[in-house]
Amino acid sequence: MKKIIHLAAFGLLLSGSVAALAQSAPPATPVQPAPAAPGAPAAPADEDGGLQVTVSDDSDWQDLGIAITTFATDADVPTGTNAGSTAALGRALSQVVAADLKNNGLFKPSGPDGLPQPVYAQIQTPDFPVWSARSADMLVQGYVRAGAGGQLTVGCYLYDVALKQQLVKGGWQVPPSDWRRAAHKCADMVYSRLSGESPFFDSKIAYIAETGPKDHRMKRLAIMDSDGANHRYLTSGQSTALTPRYSPDYSKILYLSYLNGQPSIYVYDLGSNTQKLIARTGNPTMAPRWSPDGKWVLYSMASGGNTDIYRISSAGGGTPQRLTNTPGISIGGSYSPDGSQIVFESDRSGNQQIYVMGADGSNQRRISFFGGRSATPEWSPRGDQIAFTHVAGNLRIAVMNPNGGGMRHLTDSWQDEAPTWSPNGRIIQFFRTAKTAGTASIWQVDLTGRNERRLPTPVGASDPAWGPVRP
Amino acid sequence: MPALMYPRHVKTGSTMLLLAGALAMSACASKAPKELPPEPGPATTTQTTPPPSGPQPGSQADFVARMMGSDTIYFQLNEDTVDSADQAALSKQAQWLQQYPNKRATIEGHADERGTREYNLALGERRANAAKNYLISLGIDASRLNTVSYGKERPIALGSDEASWAQNRRAVTVTVD
Repeated sequence: MKKIIHLAAFGLLLSGSVAALAQSAPPATPVQPAPAAPGAPAAPADEDGGLQVTVSDDSDWQDLGIAITTFATDADVPTGTNAGSTAALGRALSQVVAADLKNNGLFKPSGPDGLPQPVYAQIQTPDFPVWSARSADMLVQGYVRAGAGGQLTVGCYLYDVALKQQLVKGGWQVPPSDWRRAAHKCADMVYSRLSGESPFFDSKIAYIAETGPKDHRMKRLAIMDSDGANHRYLTSGQSTALTPRYSPDYSKILYLSYLNGQPSIYVYDLGSNTQKLIARTGNPTMAPRWSPDGKWVLYSMASGGNTDIYRISSAGGGTPQRLTNTPGISIGGSYSPDGSQIVFESDRSGNQQIYVMGADGSNQRRISFFGGRSATPEWSPRGDQIAFTHVAGNLRIAVMNPNGGGMRHLTDSWQDEAPTWSPNGRIIQFFRTAKTAGTASIWQVDLTGRNERRLPTPVGASDPAWGPVRP
Repeated sequence: MPALMYPRHVKTGSTMLLLAGALAMSACASKAPKELPPEPGPATTTQTTPPPSGPQPGSQADFVARMMGSDTIYFQLNEDTVDSADQAALSKQAQWLQQYPNKRATIEGHADERGTREYNLALGERRANAAKNYLISLGIDASRLNTVSYGKERPIALGSDEASWAQNRRAVTVTVD
């Protein structure tokens, strides 16, 4: 509780649970949204039952000019980060916040370059006339302080310039290695407060890193933050790795490996950097998925040319339960957010189509009826949409309602496949393969289909799997 | 696929294979098809009929040379049907496998790039199984045959065109040395 006193002495009382600052795990301060002020954009009204399908749309908040200033510090001291001293780190923090908003086509962010740099004492008392003169609608200010043991405390404040009012504030204590998380938390706070949407920046992505020629391509398991930073390879590339999925708590990754010759599903433990087979079947296993609560694993197993979907306890042991049992290929599977249903693909009708069943395999019914083939369905974390790959000549990313209606294409390229949802169900990542060269890259698109961009990865990239927002 | 007819067996590098095959055939012709179980003792050392060149009979290299392309069968889009051309190729494979009854084989199933990754893994498995089942129907013991699918991960033709895709929709039999 000493920390509270210390912080209070600087007049920087952070909202939310300051007690959390004492925890060793990187905490996130639950932000209490300030009362909606007149003129402050409210959450876009949900029409017809929550089907609000835009991230970057023409809503009023989209046009907000947001000035993001260099985070100030009380004392310029060395840090254990790769960004340098606290002053340099303050600049880096604001750059990450600005990049999060800018790269995702959110708002009209400016700064920190070219903007006045507030001093530490101004963080809670912005010089509003300066920002009014610059026609900024919103202002983000923040600070960073180095504490005992190298821990960093980052504060983030969002102001409405016209109202001269603080809209929301947050504070986080992080170890040096996690400094970018504090910036993502700040960006999430700003985004949530102004858009009314759930946060998504502070999250991670597992994917397959691809190098080498088309016929001898090395495919390695890799992870990165949602903005591509903190990239790390997890496997050497000796064995081909495919189709990873982060566990809901980020402690494990399910993926397919050719380690033992046959494609088989392993669960990789990120704490111990060890892995084990999810099921000893003696048959090829593919397409691993977690249940939303992390208690179940779905996998698909081929036997005699037939492929069916199975469910097994993620704790290990137990008898796998077969969920599909029809001639042909039934594969994949994605749980509804409440865990009660599974959407999957099957060619039981003659070609790949999308089906829904109960989590126990009951009541299997086809939902895709719009020509071509439909594959790799992924249920939105919001529950209102299913993203999938539509194969009709080209491969394109599309979404539909869970009942199969309202199909819309979001991309129009030669070969886009394997969608994965942002934690807030507003953005979809997928991978795009280049014709002839066969090089793969990860892209993302919002639900309008207009804001499309490539994610920066050090090498070729495929099979993105976006994890949840971190606590 | 009425509009898109392709040669079932693409003869890439067929000249090379023909030459190698001719060498192998002559080498093999000079030797009666022998049973594999090695004779213990000095008898083998006196057996000085060195295959002048060409692959060791019963080896994977020998299999490839003797098949002259028939180690691979090809499939239509999204199909795993073994058609008459495939049957002829598999019969040739079966003859070789009957000649070397101790040899095992893995059938590698593949798909073209124009499908989703996971489905293509399952599709490759289905194709490999179709080939395996046909070999079994020809009398090859199931215990000698394994399958593995590489989906669309290991194309042999690198173009993004119908001709390349036709070559990549395949099942390749590889004997285990």
